[in-house]
Amino acid sequence: MSEEQIRNLEKQFEEHIARDEKIEPKDWMPEKYRQTHIRQMSQHAHSEIVGMLPEGNWITRAPSLRRKVALLAKVQDEAGHGLYLYSATETLGITREEMYEQLHTGKAKYSSIFNYPTVTWADMGAIGWLVDGAAIINQVPLCSTSFGPYARAMVRVCKEESFHQRQGYEIMIKLANGTFEQKEMAQDALNRWWWPSLMMLGPTDAESVHTEQSMKWKLKRKSNDELRQQFIDQTVPQADLIGLTIPDPDLKWNEERGSYDFGDIDWNEFWQVVKGHGPMNKERMKARVGAWERGEWVRDAAMAHAEKKAERKEKEAV
Amino acid sequence: MTTTKNWPLWEVFVRSKNGLEHRHFGSLHAADADMALENARDVYTRRNEGVSIWVVESKNITASNPEHNGEMFEPAKDKVYRHPTFYELPDEVKYM
Repeated sequence: MSEEQIRNLEKQFEEHIARDEKIEPKDWMPEKYRQTHIRQMSQHAHSEIVGMLPEGNWITRAPSLRRKVALLAKVQDEAGHGLYLYSATETLGITREEMYEQLHTGKAKYSSIFNYPTVTWADMGAIGWLVDGAAIINQVPLCSTSFGPYARAMVRVCKEESFHQRQGYEIMIKLANGTFEQKEMAQDALNRWWWPSLMMLGPTDAESVHTEQSMKWKLKRKSNDELRQQFIDQTVPQADLIGLTIPDPDLKWNEERGSYDFGDIDWNEFWQVVKGHGPMNKERMKARVGAWERGEWVRDAAMAHAEKKAERKEKEAV
Repeated sequence: MTTTKNWPLWEVFVRSKNGLEHRHFGSLHAADADMALENARDVYTRRNEGVSIWVVESKNITASNPEHNGEMFEPAKDKVYRHPTFYELPDEVKYM
């Protein structure tokens, strides 16, 4: 194809998207669109998969059967969300094995929030309430993103996600209304998860490199700072309601803006965690790669069994 | 030991309730059809989204090429006479 032809196709492509028409896997697309989507979608999938680890840590120690079935269902949903997203990404021409390879070698990133430890039961509450809360704010706009398979996967993910946040907040309510020690535990979890949750919405707009292109392709509808403000404005009253204190001395309602002003985020910590120096980066990868390696004989056996069965069926048919 | 062969890809179609058609829900990897059905139940119908599931190995699907959409679909575009609005009726005829 000549350069002019490509420019023409690109122009038509951008017009399609501007008209809110979807792009489907076999349609022509600029190479950059394909690569950007492979990167963002696979990292989203990886985040779901690694996201199971901090919570999986507490399934066997959930304080009641009610809490245990809920947590189990939530972690199972996360596996499901990872699988929807991996298969949607595969439609762009990358294999599942290549994506696992990228995750396991550290070439692909996942959400840095999962590199923090879950040290008490209250962390299950804080994760559901704050981390899933921030995730929902990030994900809802993606339900109308331009790439069809991604948008369809996100519609399903968003539908399932709202129970995750509610079950987390319910845990926090219960602890906040419990004994002194239980309330302390809830407050401690909020103290540890608040700032990483704010970081989860991404670098400030000034630092964010992909924003303009992502807006055009509808991978983003609002900037990171707008999303962060939305998250803060919606979460602060929820904390007030259950008598917990947001760990930010600079947090103050701004009458004029109709929003909360908040303190400085420690971006140095964020970049450290992204670069692999968070408290649990090594641990998470060890758990993930270990599970993959220990499962290898199972995958091989299932394949061998399937082939044998198919052979037998073929013989019987003769 | 290295994995000799990866599990193939399957397309999943789910009928959400009787009276509706099976609709494409997504895809997944499984060693064989039985496993694909079980995985499809766990991945795509955790909240009663279905009463029937079809799985078909993705390699068995033949798809039209969007680059040929012109030859493929345009012949139907100028055949307005296939639509009821093409035909003129006297105003007196209210329902037809």
